[in-house]
Amino acid sequence: MKKFDKERLLLGIAAPLLAIVVAFLVTALVLAATGKEPFSAFGIMFDYGLKSDSQVYILNKGTTYYLAGLAVAIGFRMNLFNIGVDGQYRLAAFFAAALGGALTLPGALQIPMIILTAMIVGAMWAGIAGVLKVTRGVSEVVSTIMLNSIATAIIGYLLQQGRLGHLDEAGTKISTTPIPESSHFFEFPTTPTPVWGFIVVAVVAGFAYWFTLGRTRFGFDLRTVGQSGSAAEASGVDVKKMVVTSMLISGAMAGLIGMPTLLNDSYEYSGDFPVGIGFTGIAIALLGRNHPVGIALGALLWGFLERGTGKLEFEGYDKEIVGVIQGVIVLCVVIAYEVVRRYGLKRQQSRVGAELAAKAARNSDQQEVSA
Amino acid sequence: MSATATSTPPPAAPKVSGGKGGRTRLSFPVVLLIIAGALLALSAVRAVTGAQDVTSAGQISAALAMAVPIGLAGLGGLWAERAGVVNIGLEGMMILGTFFGAWAGWQTDPWIGVLAGVVGGMLGGLLHAFATVTFGVDHIISGIAINILALGFTTYFAKLWFNTGEAAEAGGSPKQSPPADSITTVTVPGLSDWLHSVEKHHWFFVSDFAGILGGLVTHVSLLTLVAAALFVGTFFVLWKTSFGLRLRSCGENPVAAESLGVNVYRYKYIAVIISGGLAGLGGAFLSLVTSHIYNEGQTGGRGYIGLAAMIFGNWRPGGLAMGAGLFGFADALQLRNGGESVHALLLLLVVMLAVLAVWKLYRKRFVPGVVSAVIAAAVLVWYLATDTVPTEFVSATPYVVTLLVLSLSAQRLRMPKADGMRYRKGQGK
Repeated sequence: MKKFDKERLLLGIAAPLLAIVVAFLVTALVLAATGKEPFSAFGIMFDYGLKSDSQVYILNKGTTYYLAGLAVAIGFRMNLFNIGVDGQYRLAAFFAAALGGALTLPGALQIPMIILTAMIVGAMWAGIAGVLKVTRGVSEVVSTIMLNSIATAIIGYLLQQGRLGHLDEAGTKISTTPIPESSHFFEFPTTPTPVWGFIVVAVVAGFAYWFTLGRTRFGFDLRTVGQSGSAAEASGVDVKKMVVTSMLISGAMAGLIGMPTLLNDSYEYSGDFPVGIGFTGIAIALLGRNHPVGIALGALLWGFLERGTGKLEFEGYDKEIVGVIQGVIVLCVVIAYEVVRRYGLKRQQSRVGAELAAKAARNSDQQEVSA
Repeated sequence: MSATATSTPPPAAPKVSGGKGGRTRLSFPVVLLIIAGALLALSAVRAVTGAQDVTSAGQISAALAMAVPIGLAGLGGLWAERAGVVNIGLEGMMILGTFFGAWAGWQTDPWIGVLAGVVGGMLGGLLHAFATVTFGVDHIISGIAINILALGFTTYFAKLWFNTGEAAEAGGSPKQSPPADSITTVTVPGLSDWLHSVEKHHWFFVSDFAGILGGLVTHVSLLTLVAAALFVGTFFVLWKTSFGLRLRSCGENPVAAESLGVNVYRYKYIAVIISGGLAGLGGAFLSLVTSHIYNEGQTGGRGYIGLAAMIFGNWRPGGLAMGAGLFGFADALQLRNGGESVHALLLLLVVMLAVLAVWKLYRKRFVPGVVSAVIAAAVLVWYLATDTVPTEFVSATPYVVTLLVLSLSAQRLRMPKADGMRYRKGQGK
């Protein structure tokens, strides 16, 4: 019975677009209020953000952000708020980097091992929150936040000289042992800088996400639990098992977040490994509405904003404006989606109502005829 | 066909209050007994291990100072959640509080800074109420959005306002405000010195008691007293006035409240704005009392910890105060010679786990009993094999404690019935 509903699709696209437009308006106001000329700022952002080296930057950043968005979205689809993606990916990347640095196997063997380690560590860390939720009733929102901080402490403890840390020759930076060159991930030889090969893995992960959630029994169960736990329970889904499983999957996906950076860029985990991407992932999942394509667009938008505003710093603006733009986009987008959702619901109700009324009228007509 | 998080009923901690009914209310003497027991245990730990700092006035004083911002954030959470709105945006509102508090504080008087911090937090609360009450956005999503937004705004304006002109000359930088004057602290004359001298004798129990009391009467910021008054005031307003009853009815059963003529939207707005103000006050405390300056990332997740303290306190001010005290204590440990103190407290953990194991075995619950016993043994080995706990683990103590406490107590908690649920005017008709 599912028909392609053009108006609905239009509404779905209109909401984020509206939010982005509002965000740019608010940003313009903020810039103007602080005595800066807004429109040339946007001009600079777009000019610079669309240059070819910027495109490479955006794709590479987007790869990381896309994986983060997916990891968060898996939880969201099930109504689980995995705020802990942040701790999961850092811990996963750290252990994966430590393992990768310790071994010197052929790349074909070692790269999958590094990735697998990251996924397992991420899954385990998220699994703690899942198990606590189903066995002890601890809200995953609070437990994952605590686990983030504990992950920070664990990394801080282990990333020291004599443990898993390794002081560089200048004696200024502590990192894990660099991963041997044979285990670096491949790159696309684009100019001026290469596009990270991990983007392929991100695309595969996005496809797997779409297929699992939309085309399998498991995905159906997962979405059912997300929409109504009691209904799922009644139809024979083991909700507790689903909670733990989806936390594990979300954590495994989170484990991938650090991999593009680790295997394509830094090749080691150190103090300047990117942090806070778990929270970026939340924003992107919200923006992309948990849809694999939407998340991809959101990830690219985030990369673009960061690249574009970075240039502003050299033109007399402050690059920190990116936080304002992103914050306003997120807040506007969640409000816009809610408004659109409610409008869609109302439209559906009135249409169903009209159909029922028409049917009732037809029935009574027939009765009059037969009478 | 796209089910998003916003299109489903909002999440909540699983409702586990269940058939056994809520937690029995603790009567006042029982609370005193528990406190006395805890004090006795702490004294014993101090006496056995010789870690004198566990109950020293300095430790308690630091714990109090760390507990206040957490407690205020938790109190903010309490107001919002009692009216049925989950407020995970406390962290962002706190950030606004630190920023505006320091911004007004360094230019004028710290008390004006406090006011500015409260107003900043209230603006955050207003935004949260706007999204969740008027538009019905999922509470957690809106809260996260506010956290992101608050961070973005303060980062941008800090660079603009603290790194230029007069502010830069006074010591500001893109991530730091110039210092503000301090808020007066009070010490009870005579009593403080006397308690200090008693504490120095290291008598069992007596000195511990003196140390704790001494910490509570020495160099207490006036703002701490304000915070204490707010706790009492919150209890009074929410549980002893008709306004409070109406507000809480919005969190328990908004449809019923509406049918009795309560303007649910208005109460939710008021509650969430007050919630933001309290979180903002917590933030202002951080920037004006704890450190005198705004510092990027200063809140360090205290908004979330406050939320955890509130859950730990079973959505009641008294319990929240205890939770905040616990977190403050753990936080303060890392400031002062924490390794040794945490190491000493490991012994307490061993004893508690051992008692738990014996109890579970006595009740013939063999699996949890054996698990507790094994963990107790492991911690005991850790205790005996080391002299101190690494600083990184000390800093993780509050979080581990939160997880442990919540996993032990979450099933006995009862949140407001309609907490976190989307409510639309007239939905009950």
